[in-house]
Formats: sequence, C-alpha cells, structure tokens
Amino acid sequence: MKMRVGSPKEVMEGEARVAMTPDSAQQIQKLGYECLIEKGAGRPAGFSDEAYERAGVAVVDRGELYANVDIVVKVRPPETSEMGSLRRGQTLISFFYPAQNSGLLEEARARACNVIAMDMVPRISRAQKMDALSSMANIAGYRAVIEAGNNFGRFFTGQVTAAGKVPPAKVLVIGAGVAGLAAIGTATSLGAITYAFDVRPEVAEQIESMGAQFVFLDFKEQQQDGAATGGYAAPSSPEFREKQLEKFRELAPEIDIVITTALIPGRDAPKLWLADMVAMMKPGSVIVDLAAERGGNCDLTVTDQKVVSDNGVTVIGYTDFPSRMAAQSSTLYSTNIRHMITDLTPGKDGKLVHNMEDDVIRGATVAYGGAITYPPPAPKVQAIAAQKPKEKARELTLEHKRAQETAAFKVQTRSHGALLAVGTALLLLAGAFTPPSFMNHFVVFMLACFIGFQVIWNVSHALHTPLMAVTNAISGIVILGALLQIGSGNWLVVTLAALSVLVATINIVGGFLVTRRMLAMFQKS
Amino acid sequence: MTTGIVSAAYISAAVLFILSLGGLSGQESAKRAVWYGMTGMALAIVATVFGPGIGNWFIIALMIAGGAVLGWSIASRVHMTEMPQLIAALHSFVGLAAVFIGFNAHLEAARVSGLDEARRAALDGFAGILAHKVPVELAIMKVEVFLGVFIGGVTFTGSVIAFGKLAGKIDGKAMKLPGGHFLNAGAAILSLILLLAYVNGAGIWTLILMTAFAFFIGYHLIMGIGGADMPVVVSMLNSYSGWAAAAIGFTLGNDLLIVTGALVGSSGAILSYIMCKAMNRSFVSVILGGFGSTTGPQMEIVGEQIAIDADGVAAALNDADSVIIVPGYGMAVAQAQQSVSELTRKLRAAGKNVRFAIHPVAGRLPGHMNVLLAEAKVPYDIVLEMDEINEDFHETDVVIVIGSNDIVNPAAQEDPYSPIAGMPVLEVWKAKQVFVSKRGQGTGYSGIENPLFFKENTRMFYGDARKSVGELLLKLA
Repeated sequence: MKMRVGSPKEVMEGEARVAMTPDSAQQIQKLGYECLIEKGAGRPAGFSDEAYERAGVAVVDRGELYANVDIVVKVRPPETSEMGSLRRGQTLISFFYPAQNSGLLEEARARACNVIAMDMVPRISRAQKMDALSSMANIAGYRAVIEAGNNFGRFFTGQVTAAGKVPPAKVLVIGAGVAGLAAIGTATSLGAITYAFDVRPEVAEQIESMGAQFVFLDFKEQQQDGAATGGYAAPSSPEFREKQLEKFRELAPEIDIVITTALIPGRDAPKLWLADMVAMMKPGSVIVDLAAERGGNCDLTVTDQKVVSDNGVTVIGYTDFPSRMAAQSSTLYSTNIRHMITDLTPGKDGKLVHNMEDDVIRGATVAYGGAITYPPPAPKVQAIAAQKPKEKARELTLEHKRAQETAAFKVQTRSHGALLAVGTALLLLAGAFTPPSFMNHFVVFMLACFIGFQVIWNVSHALHTPLMAVTNAISGIVILGALLQIGSGNWLVVTLAALSVLVATINIVGGFLVTRRMLAMFQKS
Repeated sequence: MTTGIVSAAYISAAVLFILSLGGLSGQESAKRAVWYGMTGMALAIVATVFGPGIGNWFIIALMIAGGAVLGWSIASRVHMTEMPQLIAALHSFVGLAAVFIGFNAHLEAARVSGLDEARRAALDGFAGILAHKVPVELAIMKVEVFLGVFIGGVTFTGSVIAFGKLAGKIDGKAMKLPGGHFLNAGAAILSLILLLAYVNGAGIWTLILMTAFAFFIGYHLIMGIGGADMPVVVSMLNSYSGWAAAAIGFTLGNDLLIVTGALVGSSGAILSYIMCKAMNRSFVSVILGGFGSTTGPQMEIVGEQIAIDADGVAAALNDADSVIIVPGYGMAVAQAQQSVSELTRKLRAAGKNVRFAIHPVAGRLPGHMNVLLAEAKVPYDIVLEMDEINEDFHETDVVIVIGSNDIVNPAAQEDPYSPIAGMPVLEVWKAKQVFVSKRGQGTGYSGIENPLFFKENTRMFYGDARKSVGELLLKLA
C-alpha cells in the first residue's frame, strides 16, 4: 500500500506558511506517495483548495488527516494539541528546535513517533537542498530590507532630478550569514550604499561579491575561523567586542538603515547596536533586528513590535518575516521538505526508509522509535574545509635580491660553460675521426638547429597547428633525395624512389594547402 | 643547370623556409609566410629536377602530378576537427619516404661498388657522389643510412598508430604488450648491434631486420601513450620526421635537406617541450606512458554535482557582463564550434565581454582549439592564452566550460597527491558561476575525479555540447 503524506493547517496565530504546495505535492506523488492536505491550509499563502485538488491532493479535515497519514509535514514546531494527534510510528517533519523544546521531545518519545527536525539538518554540501533554515533566512534578509524601506522616508538610490539631488541611503548589515547576504544583495540592488560586518574574516570575499563594502576591523588577535564551528559564528573576546562597538559608533551617524542578523548558536543574541548608537543616528533612520526572536542585537528591540525611539529612529523587531512572504517561503520550504522526503525514499516507491546510517537523516532525526536521538553524533563529513593559514612571502631586501640574482647568474653561467665545453669536446672528437666532407655538412646541421630553435620560440601559441602543418609540408623536402635517386639504373631503386616522390608530393601539396586554408580563417574582430 | 645554380637555389630555398617559419609569429604575417614556404619548395624541386644527374623524367612528372592531385584533394576535403589525424598521417609519409630513400642509398651503393673504374668515372648524380667516396666516407654513410631508416621507420609506424588513435580507429587508451618498455629497449639494443654488423660489412638483411625492429618500436611506443598525451605525441613525431629528413640529407650530402630537417626537427622538439610544460610532466614520463605513481591518498571530494537546464544557463548569461568560454576536446568531438561562435556573436551583440581561454594542451594537437574557433569565425583577438587570462577569472561573472576536464581541474593546485598536482590549470572556479557542458558524469581521459564539478558555484549542463549550446541560443534574450 502506498504511504500517505499530509500537511495540516498551521495552528499558530499569524502563521501563513504551509509545508506542502500543489507543486511540491506533485513531486512527492512522483515518489510514489499519496498526498493529503487540511482544508484551507494553503489559503493564507495563496494556494486554494482547488489548486491542490487539481494537483491530485486529497483535501480533508484535520481529524481525518492525522488518522490517515504516515508522514506529517509542518512548518512550525507542533503545539501540544497537535502532538496529541500523533500516533505510534508516524513520522513528523517540521521545524522542532529540540534544544528549546525538551518537553515536546519527551512527548514525542512517549508517543513513539519519529521526528525529523528541519532545523537540525547538518550543514554539509549534500544537504543544502534541504537546508530550510537557509532558505527561510534568505527570505528574512530580503524582507528585512523591504520592511526597512517601508519605514524609511527616502529613496535607497541616489538620484539627481530636476527637483534636486537625492543622496543614496547608507545601509549597514551586521552578520553576513545567509540572511545578511540576502539583505546585502537586496539593498545593493535597490541602489543603496551597503556596508557589512562579520566577525568571521573569511566571509569578506562573499560580502564583496554581493556588492557591499566589508567593514574592516584592525585587530591584532587571530580572528575566528568559522570552519571550527560548522560555519557559524562563535562568541568573541571582550577586547574584540570593544573594538567592534567602537567601529559601530564611528559609523552610526552616517548610517540610515541598520539590519542586524548576528546570532550565535545556542545563545542569546549578542547586543551589538547599543542605545547610545541609536541616539547618534539621524531621525527617520530604521533599524531592523532579525535576531529579535533571541532577544535582539539592538538594545531597543521589542520582540514582534515596531517601536520608535525618542530621536525618531524606527526599530523593527518582527520575527515573522518569512510568514510575511508566505507564498515565496512556502514554495521554498515545501521544496526543502520534498528533498528530505526524496532522501528518505531511496527506492522512489512510496516506502519510507528511515536510514539512521545516513549522516543527514541521522543528524536531523531527534526522536526515533520511542527514543530521543538528540543531540546527534558529530557528522562524518566536515562541513567546511579548515582554512589554511596564509603564509606571507617574506619581503626580500634589495641587496638580498641582487645577491640571489648574481648567484643564479653564476650557476647558469657555470652550467652553460660546462655544456659548451662538453659539446665542443665531442665535436672535436668527431672532427678528429671523420672526413672533412662530413664535418662540412655537420656545421650546416648545427647552425640550422640553432636557427630553428630561435625562430620557433617566437611562434605564437595560437598558430601551433599551422606551424605543424607547415613543417609537415617542408619536411616533404625529402622528395629531393628521391629525385636524386630516381635516375638510377636499378629498377628496385627507381620504384622505391618513385613511391617516395609520390608520398612526399602529397605531403608538400597537402601541407601547404591546408596551412593556407587554416590561416585564411584567422580573422580579427 | 649547373651545380652552382642548383646550390644557389638551395640557399634561397633554405632562407625562404626560415622566413616561412619565422613569419608564424603573428596571424597577419603568417599569411605571407606560407607563400615563402611554397616558393622555397618550388625553387628547390625545380632546381633539383633540372639539375645535373637526374633521369626518368616521365616517372617524375607522373608521380608529382599524382601526388599533387591526392594532396590537393585531401587538403581541401579535410574538416578542421580532423586536423590532428591529417597531420599524423602526413608525418607517416615523411617516415615512409625516409625508409625508402635509405634503402635506395644502400642498393645504389652496392650497385656502384660492383662497377669497374671506367664506368664509375662516367656516373653522375647520386651514383656519381657515391662513386667518389673514400672508404671512411662510405662507412659514415652507412651509419647515416642506418639512422635515417631507423628514425624513418619509427616515425612511420608511430604516425600510423597516432593517426588511428586520433581518428578513433584504434582504442585511444594506453596499451602495452607484456614486457612494456623492456621490449622497446631490447629492440633498440638489437638495432644497435645490427648497426655494428652493418657497418662492418654485413649485407642488406641487417638493414631489413632493423627496419622491422624500428616499425615495432614506433608501433609499441605510441600504443602505450594515452589519448590526453596526444599533443605531445604528435609534436614528437613532427620532430622525428624532421630528424629523419636530416639524416637522409647527410646520406645524400644534400645541405638543403639537412637544413630543412633540422628546422623541422627543432620545431617539433620545442612544441613537445611546450606541451610537456603545460602538463607539468617530463618528456620521459610522457613517452613511458601513463601517469606517475601517486605519493598518497587523493583528497576526498565533498559535495555533489548539481545539474542545470538551458533556461538556467541562459538566465545567468543574460545577467552576466563578462563571460569566459573554455573549450576542450569535447567541443571538437561534438562539432560544437559553430554553435559556440554563434553564442559568442549573440553575447557580444548584447554588449557583454566575451573571451575564450585556451589551455596549451586543449584538444589533441598544439593550437587545435585556435584553429577550430578560427574556422567558426571567432575573432582571434578575443581568444586568449592561459597566462593572459588566468588573472581575470575572479572578476568574471560566468565561465562556460565546454568539453574540457583536466585543464580546469582544481585538484592540480589543491591536492598535492593528485596525479596532476602542479600542472598549470585554468582557474575557472574563481569566477562567480561556472557552467560545465559535459556529456555525462564520467571522468576525463586521465580518469581523475574533478572537484570543480562538485564546487558550490558550479552547475553541470549535461548533454551533447552542440545540442546544449543550440538550445541555449534559442533561450538567450
């Protein structure tokens, strides 16, 4: 019997996303599953029940859904009521946050249902297609800029118009993770001058590739290497933090929009944009705090609210950015889910295989068969190759260089000298034992070799094929040898010579003609 | 014509040949250079034919006419993608001619030595030269004949095998008989012994036996070299054909043959050297075939190959400002150069900076890609060498790799244990996006995994190169 995959409507107030779209349902059906959806589940994200029906999905009510499906796919972590509907052996795929939700985890264990937490998918290349945190962060970063623009009274891009000059907005993005990079991309494409900061020096390149300027912190201490922590940032030393805040204070008066995305796994968000910095900003400026869910990077942030400071700076602390773009985020999230199901269905036969040997599946599974499997063991594959320490080439002093050059020159002279001496000795030896007629030809031969070497080095790379064709043609010069012999009185000699003339002529004519054909093709633009 | 005039003609011919090779330093002067070569050749042949001591005019006229017709029809019919085969085939002709001429020299010397004094004095032409040789000179001539035939023999069978491999008539994989290079070495040593016997008066059988050994060496040597090393093989055979001509020149005492042979020989030697440099391999290791043994485990590749369709590539190309195309042998196999040229034209018309990056060993012949692109009317000033363009990859938006593999393999720089470690490669992975047009997931000729295909900014554009690029053309804005 085919297994069934079903997606209930999200129960949390204001959550507009849905874990299955008509498109993703069609893909899941191709894997051999039957798909079910709760009535009205897709409506907030813009997917009507009819659209699901057209995609072959059965639209049912909640009770029927939970009773019939083998796999439940969801967005938000289940609430207690939903947990109650799960039964033994059922698999739940959703965000779960096992570290914060130990109660839920215990419940899942008690009910012996299997839970795959989309937020626990390990950060390795193979699992990128199911990395829902990244796809949601991408949307959050984009939306943060849009939300900032909504509350910002000016253009992003600088313009010179008949009605006067408009300066471009300056945007500072703190934390260049996925959300930060998405925010940078959005802000630069709207035309803002964008700066970005991150404690991990290796992301400077990524920041610059998105078109922002990396805010460089001149700090002696070894900056941290993200590779050691699976690509995430780790807490920084107090000295480093001071230096960082100093830099921010310097920037604060000129910046119009600040977007903070700094998070450290398993901790409260670090406070990076302090009250005095907000006070330094111009009225009308906007701060969007994407870390609001974990307390916020800004002192003034109030979770899920928009507040205005005394000096007229708007601080946005919403936590539901992805849900505010439900159509887009549902599409991406459902694709992540679909990839996860694909990995769980190696046979593409509608049979779920929960392979606990697989790094990705093992890492994401937090409860399995009546046992809690969180935290997972360290993955076998390192997420990111360790950064190699860069060695700086030692600057050579002028004298040192000159000494080296002289030494190299001496060695070269000596080896040349030795070669010439040996060569001359060999030639003298040959000269002593061979008749003058041979030596005459030998002189010609040696000189021709030297001319050949000098001439050929100058041939341009692009013309190597024509060069070979031309040398082919002129090596047909062996025809001369055959011509000299063809007048012989011996019939065998005449036959062989005649054959040689024939093939050598093919060479000459073919070689030259084909070279000409090739060279005629080389054209300048 | 007197001997003096013939010598003068030879000198002009030699100068013209040198000018002809020198002219290849630039595309424009090269067009003139071919004419120098042709004039030189015509001068040399005319002077020889109408010079002293030539007979059998009718046969000469017939053979030259026949050869010219054959050569002309081959040259005008050959496709540019078949250039490697053609060049290999032409090499084999030189080798064969050298073998024949060497045998002739022996036969002629035997005939002359059998004649009495009076008739000897009456001989002219080649026989006349032979007649006036003192015993030491005759001994040296024997060495020269022997060498000429040996080099010619190796060139002949070697080129025939190279032709077969390049034309796909023989399996391109390296293949050796049991015993490997010891067989070659043994045959070479036996040939040396035969040389001693020959010089000391043994009959023609030594010459024939040695020719058989030379044929075997040529066959076995080239059979043992894999497809990716073909550029080196072809230039090496080019060199051999030159040395064969020079050896014949010594035999016949003809300076023009010596000069020309030396020019061709050194040209081929330099080309082989350049090709070896480009692969970071020594000449010896190429000849010995196969890759050197690795010194440790190769790096494990993390990640997966992500495929993309024509729509995705087209979208990226529409957004890109700068594009670099890296063609390889796969482009030649799929005959995709016309489509690639069309693509280039379209992108350039849209104001994008399109360039080509050519690795020295791309294709099966030095400069192979340049010729193919020129045939498809890609302007040569946007076709750049590795050294000219390698710095520019990091500021390039899109790189399209068409049918190349090892020459864009980052393992050469990143993995010290890779068999191609240290080989200079095109650093395509530094670009923002890389699209690899490839027939399937297999490895290249060398059989080395390519980490490029697993990089995050790489997308695999599977399918026949010509079809893929054709599809792309329809989708471009």
